Amino acid sequence: MADRIFEAGVQAGRLDPQTYETHFADLHPPLDGHEALVAADRCYFCHDAPCITACPTDIDIPLFIRQIATGTPDAAAKTILSQNILGGMCARVCPTEQLCEEACVREAAEGKPVLIGQLQRYATDHLQEQGLHPFTRAASTGKRVAVVGAGPAGLSAAHRLAMLGHDIVMLDARAKPGGLNEYGIATYKTPDGFAQGEVDWLLKIGGITVMTDRALGRDVTLDELNSDYDAVFLGLGLRGVNALGVDGDDKDGVLDAVDFIADLRQASDVAQVPVGRDVVVIGGGMTAIDAAVQSKLLGALNVTLVYRRGRDRMNASVFEQDLAASKGVRIVTHAVPRAIHGNGAVREIEFEYVGEDLTPTGQTLRLAADQVFKAIGQTLSGSGLPALEGRKIAVDERGRTSIEGIWAGGDCAAGGDDLTVTAVAEGRDAAMDMHAVLMG
Amino acid sequence: MADLTTDFLGIKSPNPFWLASAPPTDKEYNVRRAFEAGWGGVVWKTLGSEGPPVVNVNGPRYGVIHGADRRVLGLNNIELITDRDLQTNLDEITRVKADYPDRALIVSIMVPCEEQAWKDILPRVEATGADGIELNFGCPHGMSERGMGAAVGQVPEYIEMVTRWCKQYYSRPVIVKLTPNITDVRLPAAAAKRGGADAVSLINTINSIVSVNLDTMSPEPSIDGKGSHGGYCGPAVKPIALSMVSEIARAPDTAGLPISGIGGVTTWRDAAEFITLGCGNVQVCTAAMTYGFKVVQEMISGLSEWMDEKGHTSIQDFKGAAVPNTTDWQYLNLNYVTKASISQDDCISCGRCYAACEDTSHQAIAMSEDRTFTVIDEECVACNLCVEVCPVENCITMVEMEAGSTDPRTGKVVEEVYANWTTHPNNPAATAAE
Repeated sequence: MADRIFEAGVQAGRLDPQTYETHFADLHPPLDGHEALVAADRCYFCHDAPCITACPTDIDIPLFIRQIATGTPDAAAKTILSQNILGGMCARVCPTEQLCEEACVREAAEGKPVLIGQLQRYATDHLQEQGLHPFTRAASTGKRVAVVGAGPAGLSAAHRLAMLGHDIVMLDARAKPGGLNEYGIATYKTPDGFAQGEVDWLLKIGGITVMTDRALGRDVTLDELNSDYDAVFLGLGLRGVNALGVDGDDKDGVLDAVDFIADLRQASDVAQVPVGRDVVVIGGGMTAIDAAVQSKLLGALNVTLVYRRGRDRMNASVFEQDLAASKGVRIVTHAVPRAIHGNGAVREIEFEYVGEDLTPTGQTLRLAADQVFKAIGQTLSGSGLPALEGRKIAVDERGRTSIEGIWAGGDCAAGGDDLTVTAVAEGRDAAMDMHAVLMG
Repeated sequence: MADLTTDFLGIKSPNPFWLASAPPTDKEYNVRRAFEAGWGGVVWKTLGSEGPPVVNVNGPRYGVIHGADRRVLGLNNIELITDRDLQTNLDEITRVKADYPDRALIVSIMVPCEEQAWKDILPRVEATGADGIELNFGCPHGMSERGMGAAVGQVPEYIEMVTRWCKQYYSRPVIVKLTPNITDVRLPAAAAKRGGADAVSLINTINSIVSVNLDTMSPEPSIDGKGSHGGYCGPAVKPIALSMVSEIARAPDTAGLPISGIGGVTTWRDAAEFITLGCGNVQVCTAAMTYGFKVVQEMISGLSEWMDEKGHTSIQDFKGAAVPNTTDWQYLNLNYVTKASISQDDCISCGRCYAACEDTSHQAIAMSEDRTFTVIDEECVACNLCVEVCPVENCITMVEMEAGSTDPRTGKVVEEVYANWTTHPNNPAATAAE
């Protein structure tokens, strides 16, 4: 069985079943009760804590950690979820080393921050595993709100609006709600159906009708929504994928990394997901890392991640880069694709090395490739949308778009990092403004 | 290497670390292993009168206050004196003492407050060859309900009476173990001295309920749904013990009375502190019950290292060295003015000093937009709270103001001369300065 890792071409089942299981298990095993108490005890309960400031959703981190330390993890979960309804997912996927844990004073003091992400997961899991939903709906306002996109921004907005008493219809183009939580995050970060479980748990608030396979522009127009509902929230995400724009990028085996990640997430058995012996991933963000690492975990022999700038410019955090390196992913920087070679299917990809300012050097690099995953960014797609700012929907600080009655947030909206936690914050804050407007 | 041998009431031991009368010293098996591990002496678990031994509860005997990671901070017990036959204990003591002549072996005793009871047991204890006796006037639970233990220790007259009997019917040193469950420890100590005690040992355990089970509404440890107060010991009680020891060391009535220090001794440093307050040795229990007999190795090496570093060649060199510096509040120098100072290089900007000072003290720390914390000398009373809540050791320090400078809080010039409350103009009872 192990010999199959040497087979050229794109193959499923390169590894034995036990290895797949190990490879796609939880990246960070959850803290047990005692570990959580010990980790919580390290929190200094800082005044006006820097970690809160660093959190896009302003979770009161010292308070929830003290609630864990004093044996009330469900109270801790309420502290978290009242600010961030997807606190469970954020605990798993947030780049904490760039947010709360980077700001932790113990990071400054000794290079070892309090394990905020893992403690948050401990608390939210504790509550959610009991099936408890700690929030209740206010009396019905009679107002109807359409939420387009059931990703982090849409879910966050829908939950907050439903809690405030509005009736929500949430549309999503995909077969399942969850957005990138369901389709766009590495399997080992959210195993065991966590993303769907979290959506089911979130919907317990009531008042939210989910309509899947309903795409804006295809099944319904924005004008229709705007006239049928009292308000509309757009959390479309970025469904378009940037093109590589080099010769041969239409060859078989040249794929979008987001599709590969989605296929892997939706596979009932990861062993059935084929992967090349030689894989090249182009890009420097989280998606590139997720595709590269998971190619390796699927049994690809050689995985190379190629980025056009230096490592310090990569959107993927240092933690993610180190994770990739630890899994055996080779990271090549300062190289841009110039041509894809192969007869029908890709066999080789050619890069040119470039300087810091992307000046071509004339030096080239050719890498064997059965698969090339493009992870060079996603774009907003669709027509009849509110006014754009750059390539995203323009919004003010309240999430209002150029069209009255329509708000937007998450990756489709301009401003803010393209992070799950940022999308949650934007959805929540837009919901609060929508509520204020709806209630006059 | 420093000489750790001690001579306490003429009883020699290779080091000042004795095991206190408690479960670790209940029988020959344990005591032999303790001596092999290096303990300098042992106070054998308290013997009672001839006859059917006491019985213990058959449920839990201990409760604990845990720190982070289940560190034992305080231990509570409801165990009684030895529940083994008197003669068995006496035979074992005889054998152990014969085999370990260089170690101290003291026998703890608790019998009723009747002369005959003491007259009966003391010759039998004397016959074991043990080095001395310790009168258990301290246990606050169980036996006190029967008029023994702390019930005796709380009545100075009883202490004096029983001590006198012991000196009459027993020829070797008599140590009186005191209970802390009183208002002024100097009174029972003085009573012991009047009765002829060769030394006092303290503290015994403190009345305590460590916790209440909020499901069963029963104090812990719970015996079939009911709890009883126990005796508290361990690291948490050390400050109380140090204070009581210092009171006895300082009081004119009892100054010079040999003291065996007990109460939360966990490391060599704790032992050194007890000795500086006048103790001739220390007794340890909870540390051994938490970590086993081996902890004595750290205590021996640590004390020895420290003594070498300080140039102390014997325990005697620093015994009582802190007693002259232990005084009453009224004699503290009011002209000693300090201000907190925050080292910006060491500060990690947690803001705990700010929260503590702003919310609960003197609003003497300023916080800037960029989380720089600075002391406002005009407000700082030098209370030390910021120093103690700062998680970084030595980041905040108290800096003494030089004589001649002006304290910006009071606007007064710092005086060089010592001046205390007794002569302060605000004191209605002030006496004129000499």
